[in-house]
Amino acid sequence: MAENVPANALPASLLEAVGLTKRFGALLANDHVSLAIRAGETHALLGENGAGKSTLVKMMCGLLQPDSGELLYDGAPIVFPDPATSRARGVGVVFQHFALFDALTVVENVALGLAGHEPLATLAARIEDCVHRYGLSVEPYRRVGELSVGERQRVEIVRCLLGNPRVLILDEPTSVLTPDESESLFRTVDLLTGEGRAVLFISHKLDEVRRLCHRATVLRGGKFIAEVDPKTETASSLARLMVGAEVPRTPRSVTHALGEPRLLVNKLNVAGDGSRGSALHDIHLEIRAGEIVGIAGVAGNGQTTLFEALSGEKPVVDQEAIIIDKVAAGGLGPTERRALKAGFVPEERLGHAAAPDMRLSDNVLLTTHGDGEIVRLGIIRRSALLARFQEIVKRFDVRFGGKDPKARRLSGGNLQKFVIGREVLREPVLIVVDQPTWGVDAAAAAFIRTTLRQKAAEGCAVLVISQDLDELLEFTDRIAVMSEGRLTAPVPVAETSREAIGLAMGGAQAAGEGTHAA
Amino acid sequence: MLDAAILGAVLASIVAAATTLLLASLGELVAERAGTLNLGVEGMMIVGAAVGYATAYGTGSLLLGTLAAILAGMALSLVFAGLAIWLATNQVASGLATTILGLGVAGLIGAPFVGTRLDGAPALKVPGLTDLPVIGQMLFGQDAFVYASLVLLAAVTYGLARTRVGLVLRAVGESHAAAHALGHPVRRIRTLAVMFGGACAGLAGAHLSLAYTPFWASDMTAGRGWIALALVVFSAWKPLWLLAGAYLFGAVSILQLHVQGFGLGIPSQLLSALPYLATIVALVAISALKRGQGAPASLGVPFVPDR
Repeated sequence: MAENVPANALPASLLEAVGLTKRFGALLANDHVSLAIRAGETHALLGENGAGKSTLVKMMCGLLQPDSGELLYDGAPIVFPDPATSRARGVGVVFQHFALFDALTVVENVALGLAGHEPLATLAARIEDCVHRYGLSVEPYRRVGELSVGERQRVEIVRCLLGNPRVLILDEPTSVLTPDESESLFRTVDLLTGEGRAVLFISHKLDEVRRLCHRATVLRGGKFIAEVDPKTETASSLARLMVGAEVPRTPRSVTHALGEPRLLVNKLNVAGDGSRGSALHDIHLEIRAGEIVGIAGVAGNGQTTLFEALSGEKPVVDQEAIIIDKVAAGGLGPTERRALKAGFVPEERLGHAAAPDMRLSDNVLLTTHGDGEIVRLGIIRRSALLARFQEIVKRFDVRFGGKDPKARRLSGGNLQKFVIGREVLREPVLIVVDQPTWGVDAAAAAFIRTTLRQKAAEGCAVLVISQDLDELLEFTDRIAVMSEGRLTAPVPVAETSREAIGLAMGGAQAAGEGTHAA
Repeated sequence: MLDAAILGAVLASIVAAATTLLLASLGELVAERAGTLNLGVEGMMIVGAAVGYATAYGTGSLLLGTLAAILAGMALSLVFAGLAIWLATNQVASGLATTILGLGVAGLIGAPFVGTRLDGAPALKVPGLTDLPVIGQMLFGQDAFVYASLVLLAAVTYGLARTRVGLVLRAVGESHAAAHALGHPVRRIRTLAVMFGGACAGLAGAHLSLAYTPFWASDMTAGRGWIALALVVFSAWKPLWLLAGAYLFGAVSILQLHVQGFGLGIPSQLLSALPYLATIVALVAISALKRGQGAPASLGVPFVPDR
C-alpha cells in the first residue's frame, strides 16, 4: 500500500472491516472487502455506482449483516446488530438518501436520532451550540420539508454530531451540494478530524477526494482493488482504479450550423403546491436545432417541475408558454407533444420511464404507441414492435439476461441506454433528458453522451437537465442554471466556468457568502 | 315547542351517539399515524360488542364485559397486524378480511344472546349539576364510556404532540425507512399502534352493546366502523377534529330520528342515510380544502427491512 507516513506516527485503526462479504441473490455485492479507518483521518471510499460502497457502509453501521467477515472497533471484534447500537458506540452515518422526516421540525428530527429523552428546548440549545462550533447553518424550529437539500444534509450531520461520534461516515455527501456548500462541508470535516474523529468520505468525485482525504480505498465490482494515498495519485490514475480501464471521453463537439428554434419556453410560470422546488417563475429558454443546452442546479430547485411542464405531464395554462417546433404546445398532453416529434426521458427510470414489471419489448410501446407505426387502429403490430425492440437493443448495446426480461431486471446503465434508444429511434426533433447518466457506469455514460451529441449533429435540439456539473461542461453547448424555480439565461460553455455556475447554483443569497469562501 | 327537558335529553343522546365513533376513530387514528391503514375497525368493533355483551351477560359485571371487549378487539387486531405488518400483505385486503372475519365471529358468539337484554351502564350523576337545565344531562349525566372517550382523546392528543413515544410513532408513520435507519423498531411500534386501535374499537363495541343499546343484534355496529375510518381522514389525522366529526355524525343521527317523529313525509330511509351523507359531504369538502395534507407519508405502505 502506498503509505508515506512513518509507521510509528500512525494511530491504530478505530474502525476496521475485515473481509466483509455480502451476497444478494446472485449478486455478490461485497466480496471480502477490507477497510481500516484511523482516528484523525479523512478516509475516502471510492468506486463507481454499483461498486458496493453503500453495501459496505450499511454493514459497517449495522443496517445490514455481513454473510462473512468481521468488524473491529478499537482493535476488538464487534457486532452491530442494528444502527442504534453502532450509533451508541460512536459510529454516525449520514446517508445519501437522508433519514429525515419532512413533516417534523429539525429539533424533532434530531431528537429521534438520540437515545436519551431530552426536552426539545434544551436540545434546540445544544443544536445551536453544535451549529456554531462546526459552522453548519441550521435553524432548529423549521420544518424539514421546507429545507433545501444542503440544509437537510446539515441537519443529518448535526444529528450525528450530537451523539458525539468517533467515526462519521458521509455517503456521497457532495453529490447534492453546490460547490460553495461543498467547500463549507470540507471545512467542517477538517474541524472534525482536527478533534481526533475519523471521517469516512464516500465519493466518486476524484478532485474532492484528492484535496480532502488522507487515504483512499478503491472498490470495483464489489471487490477491494487498492488502498492508496490520493494526494500522490492523479485524477486519471484514480479513475483507472475505479473503472478498471481507461475512462472513455465524449468527443468534443463538432461545429455545425444551428437551425430553427425547436423549443421555445416563454414566460412559463407554474404555481407550486407548497413543497420545495414545485413552483416555476418566469422561465425563458430557446433551443435551436443542432445544439445541446444543459440545465445545472442542485436537486429540488424546480427541475422536476420543469421537466413535467415540458413533457406535458403537468398542464400549463398559457398555450404559448411552450412552443415545440413552432406549435403552441402549452395545453397539449404528452402524447400530443410526442406527435410533434418531441421525446422525453425522465429522471426516474423504473416507474416513470419504464414499467418495472412489464417486459422490455412492451416497454417500447410506452412512448411509441402514438407514432402510427407500431400501433395501428388500436391494434399492436407485434412484428413491428419486436423489430423496433431488436433495433434498440442492437444499436444501443442494451445488455440483459434472457430474451425479453422485465424492465426491473436490467442494470441502471442498460435500462438507461434502452430508454434513450427508445426515444432516439423515434427520430425526434427535440429530446429532453433529465439526469441522463445518474447512477450509470462510466462506459455507458460516455455512450449516452456520445449518442446525444450525435443526435444534435443530425439536427435535433437537446435539453439536458443534470446535477452533474462536470458532465454538462463536458458535452453541452450552452448552460443555464436553475435555482429556486428560476432559470438563468444560457451561457456558452466556453464563456463560463465551474465557479460562475456554482455561484448561480447557490442563488443570489449564497453568492454573497461565496465571496469569502473563495 | 321544545322545552328545556326535551332539548336536554336530545343533547345528551347526541353525545352518547357520538361516543362510539369517537372511541373507534381515536384508535384508528393512532394506528394510521404509525403508518398502518386498518380497515378492520368494523370487525373489531362488533367482536368487542359481542364478546362484551356475552361476558357481561354471563358474569353480570359490566366492567368484566368491557375488559373482555377490549381484549377481543385487541386479539382481532393482532390477526390483522400479523398479516399486514409482519407478513407485509396488502393492508386494504387484510383489513377487509379482518372485518369480514370479525362480523362472522361476532355473529357466532352473539347467536345465543339474540333477544336478551341487559341493564346498561348507568349514568354517572353529579348531585346538583346533573339537574342543570339543558346542558346538565349532557355534561354530567353520561355513562363512564363517554368520560373515558374524552379522557382518551385528551391523552392521545397530548401523547402524539408532546411525548417522545408520540414523536417516534409519528416518525414511523412518516418514513419507516428513516425510522428504521435510526434504529427504531418499526414493525413493533406499528403492531402496538394497531393493538391500541383494536382496544379502542373493542371499547367502542362495548359502549354499543353495554351502554348505548344494551342488547345484542348481529349487525348492531351498522357501519359505524366505516364512518370511524372516514372520520380519521376527515379530521386530517388530527385528534381534535375527530371530536368535531364524531359529534356532527352523532347530532345528525339523533336529529333525523326526531324529524322522523314529526312525520314530515320524508322517506325514513333517506333520513336514516343522512348522518352518513352529512359526514361524507363534510369529509369531501374538508379534504378538497386541505388537498390531502396531513396524511402520514408512509400510510398503507408495508415495511420490509432489507436484510
